[in-house]
Amino acid sequence: MAKRRLIHAVNEALHEEMERDDRVILYGEDVRIGLFGDTRGLFDKFGGKRVINTPISEVVMTGMAVGMAAAGYRPICHMMYGNFLYTGFDSIANQAAKLRYMTAGQLKLPLVYLASTGAGRSSGAQHSDAPYPGVMNLGGIKVVIPSTPADAKGLMKASIREDNPVLFLLPTRRGGEQGEVPDGDHVVPLGKGSVKREGRDVTVVAIGVMVRHAMRAAATLSEEGIEVEVVDPMTLFPLDKELILASVRKTGRLVILDEARATCSAASEIAAIVAEQGFASLRGPVGSVAKIVKLEHAWRRLDGRNDDGFQVAPFPG
Amino acid sequence: MNGPDLQRSLRLFERMLLIRRMEERLGDLGKAGELPGNVHLYIGQEAVATGVCAHLDDSDWVASTHRGHGHFLAKGGDPRAMAAELMGKETGICHGKGGSMHVADVSKGILGANGIVGGGVGLAVGAALGAQLDGEGRVAVVFFGDGASSQGVISEALNIAALWKLPLLLVCENNGFSQFSPYETVNAGDIWRRAEPFGMPGALVDGNDVHAVWRVVGEAVARARSGEGATLIEARTYRWRTHVESEESFLAAPYRTQEEVESWKQRDPISRLEEFLVSEDLEKDVAAIRARVEGVTESAITDALNDPLPPVSRAFEDMFANG
Ligand SMILES: Cc1ncc(C[n+]2csc(CCOP(=O)(O)OP(=O)(O)O)c2C)c(N)n1
Ligand SMILES: [Mg+2]
Repeated sequence: MAKRRLIHAVNEALHEEMERDDRVILYGEDVRIGLFGDTRGLFDKFGGKRVINTPISEVVMTGMAVGMAAAGYRPICHMMYGNFLYTGFDSIANQAAKLRYMTAGQLKLPLVYLASTGAGRSSGAQHSDAPYPGVMNLGGIKVVIPSTPADAKGLMKASIREDNPVLFLLPTRRGGEQGEVPDGDHVVPLGKGSVKREGRDVTVVAIGVMVRHAMRAAATLSEEGIEVEVVDPMTLFPLDKELILASVRKTGRLVILDEARATCSAASEIAAIVAEQGFASLRGPVGSVAKIVKLEHAWRRLDGRNDDGFQVAPFPG
Repeated sequence: MNGPDLQRSLRLFERMLLIRRMEERLGDLGKAGELPGNVHLYIGQEAVATGVCAHLDDSDWVASTHRGHGHFLAKGGDPRAMAAELMGKETGICHGKGGSMHVADVSKGILGANGIVGGGVGLAVGAALGAQLDGEGRVAVVFFGDGASSQGVISEALNIAALWKLPLLLVCENNGFSQFSPYETVNAGDIWRRAEPFGMPGALVDGNDVHAVWRVVGEAVARARSGEGATLIEARTYRWRTHVESEESFLAAPYRTQEEVESWKQRDPISRLEEFLVSEDLEKDVAAIRARVEGVTESAITDALNDPLPPVSRAFEDMFANG
């Protein structure tokens, strides 16, 4: 075990996987220098054939990943801010997500789109989205969002080894957060969630940086005698439904904590799954805490908000 | 580069004729209600796909368009598997899950037709980057239309391909129309000239002259294979048929004159080559090719018509590798 910042855990995963497999190619705008620190040292170690700076060309970049994967490589297409996924969304939605299916499995597309996610830096609404709901809806793209340094490293390694397209979201707002990371080849499988804290009274499914808030709230509530079970799905598509349903069977209550906007979101999807498949276990309505506005710049200055723009309130009743 | 020798000219003729005959049959079948989806026919443009793909091996990549039957067949795709795909049959190259706009055979380097105008561009740029990293002399070709030339991805691709000297051919088939809009109503300037500002060679070629296409592309492929980078080629041609075979049923007004269509038919790339071959005393070979193509087309279509539909379970396969 060693203490690592989340962003350095991702960086370590990239180093180790590029070392392990020379078909892994990283490209994107300024990846040599790296805006977030996740690509640090890769160019020095692997050179310009494997760590490639691109022009600002998101439209062609997302398509290139598909072509490179078809040609036998394992590209990591670094999209920088999550919002720029929209700029390059055409090939994500129309090529990467569909080509294998439409060609009846003629292609394997081992590729990773890597992008930041989330608000909290007062960067304004065009640099702060949690862009996963739209991608979850595509099918054909696995969607991964870690909450701890250990998970970030293990999920990144699994994403690079995955034979399908993956959107890996970096919670850069929490990139500096420290945590223990296991030594050795630490791989966290895609499609499996994890219970971050066990509890009997209420299940809180928290996504990405929201896990941290859920853990804090759980600690506070525990002092009041309410035991919260915190579930971190880690992969949003395909979602570990069984883990969530099992937890709700135990607690009978569900609150979902998500940074994305509430409409057609991971939160609403999880609520729908539990309503459809776990209704009998519920002892009260599902609650969710999610964004309903796009105000981002001044958010941090508003009274009573914490630094992720959320007010952490105790579970009502 | 000299023109192709006579043996090669005969092969070009055979391939162009196969594309023509397959599409004529498929067009008729579409009208007869035998195809579940719509088709964009390539008739009139055969010299482009044929002249380009004659320079490619199975290990080279091609990314195609919504008008992709010609590219598929020119690159060595199987006629019956293509016909069956259009009919939605189990034996289709994509088990009927793609249809006309998605015929693909990755084993032959065909990354697929594409329902997104300009959608093949990124794929080909990525494949070209892969080919460059491999260092084995492979090339990637992207076909796109004059309409697609207005897509933003084209300028991104020109910049990157020139900057990195990618082994890529950008082949624009200017058939005069972006859907129903005549070229000059939606395009400024000449497409092939857009290469120059990027420091990339650009070439204009008569897309109804297969020998001319073959020559220009041969030079571009040789440059790409030897590490000298990408080329933009504009092939001027014309589509004889509809933009999409159903258009007669929904278009309120014509968008071109019958005289214009007829004048281009006078420049039929297949008749032009046939006349040349006959003038070289190859009449017998031409006749033999005609008979052979008829046979291949007939059995491809008949077999495909008799083939079974896919089981419903196919619908639930292939979203992800490994389940
Ligand atoms: C992104 C996108 N926009 C619009 C369309 C609808 N569409 C299909 S074909 C076409 C015209 C394409 O013209 P061109 O590139 O010249 O190809 P051609 O049909 O002439 O072969 C259009 C607008 C589409 N399929 N994809
Ligand atoms: Mg056109």
